[in-house]
Amino acid sequence: MKAPAFAYARPASIAEALALLEKHQDDARVLAGGQSLVPMLNFRVAAPKVLVDVNRIAALAGIKIAKNHVRIGALTRHVELERSADIARHLPLIASAMPHIAHPAIRNRGTFGGGCALGDPAAELPACALALGATFVVAGKRGERRIAAQDFFRGLYATALKTGELLVAAEFPLPKPGYASAFGELARRHGDYAMVGVAAHGSTQGKKFSDMRVVFFGVGDRPTRAAQFERALDGQPAAAKTIDAALTELDADLQPRADLHGSAATKLHLAKVLAGRVLKQMEGVS
Amino acid sequence: MKVAAEIVEVSLTVNGERVKRSVPARLNLADFLRNELELTGTHVGCEHGVCGACTVRVDGEIVRSCLMFAAQADGCTVDTIEGLSDSREIEELQSAFVLTNALQCGFCTPGVLMAAQALLRDEPNPSRERIREYLSGNYCRCTGYQAIVDAIEAVAKARAARKGR
Repeated sequence: MKAPAFAYARPASIAEALALLEKHQDDARVLAGGQSLVPMLNFRVAAPKVLVDVNRIAALAGIKIAKNHVRIGALTRHVELERSADIARHLPLIASAMPHIAHPAIRNRGTFGGGCALGDPAAELPACALALGATFVVAGKRGERRIAAQDFFRGLYATALKTGELLVAAEFPLPKPGYASAFGELARRHGDYAMVGVAAHGSTQGKKFSDMRVVFFGVGDRPTRAAQFERALDGQPAAAKTIDAALTELDADLQPRADLHGSAATKLHLAKVLAGRVLKQMEGVS
Repeated sequence: MKVAAEIVEVSLTVNGERVKRSVPARLNLADFLRNELELTGTHVGCEHGVCGACTVRVDGEIVRSCLMFAAQADGCTVDTIEGLSDSREIEELQSAFVLTNALQCGFCTPGVLMAAQALLRDEPNPSRERIREYLSGNYCRCTGYQAIVDAIEAVAKARAARKGR
């Protein structure tokens, strides 16, 4: 189908975008890469009266390395993350997630901020943001506010963004020495949304796990940290047998619901298989 | 454009030609190319970004023209399968597709050719596995893909051989 009728605006600055969002309130929707929003319009799942196209706002784009963090602008395209030497060096978790996100033609257009602001529970970048302890920077009429990733994702397609607010960027703390990460997902076809995915980040220094953040996606209404599993790894040898022994904790951490991909039991099983595979790939794990 | 409007003026370059139109905001780029400019080589399949039949180049990079509004292409350079064909940019790929029977009904072919050309531009010597991965967003319901991969691989090898000579 085709998108329903809407009015289109293309602000040139964050201030202009905020003015439009303020004026049109809940009638407005931000159009970034459009790789999820446009299908939703075409399916008539969404029918905003006004689309605020932020694609020409230069201040929203780009990757910047600061002293303590990497800042990824909301309008940074997936392809830029995929090809960025800075991302590969400082945030290898994100670099390893990129090939799993859809297809080249989609990644040329899709944006980091769009992928996070949508709040899709099966999306890769929200899980990475949570695993890496990112902070989202949000602009509104009263200025900027910062929201930790763990408070940003609120449920199925729900985030902490309020009406009239615009996601500007996310800041990822630069990983400390001895930290490693790993990423994996299971999908029926390359580029499809994950049946289950895992983004893991933590320290393997001294051949022991510590400060582990293991985030599952596609198995709940939002990216989910596996708290008991993380605790079972903490302080234990960074070894395959530690991981295998800890996998039963996922029974308590995850409550997947049956979906088109399989039953709840199947999804839980797949989550365990994948977590085992992914964590064993982490640098420093023997 | 600080004020929202349902009709938008657009000015863009399509296959090297400057075009100006007044379009409804809801008109997607694929329908704009097909209906306004009569460039019907860009095919509309799924209309939600899954099938790849509508793949075109915007400012040099392949995108889904069903997931972009014509209004968003204002000021952009768009290349369609007609442009790539007329400029002979994809001549070798087209010949290889014919030789290897890499198309039957042809519905997916324009999008597949756009993607294949983008792949060979960025990675002149891809493995078969890489070709399959890169084309995973282009659905073909006739060929079973084998012949498509054959054709793209043959072009990559021919180009590499010419370069090596």
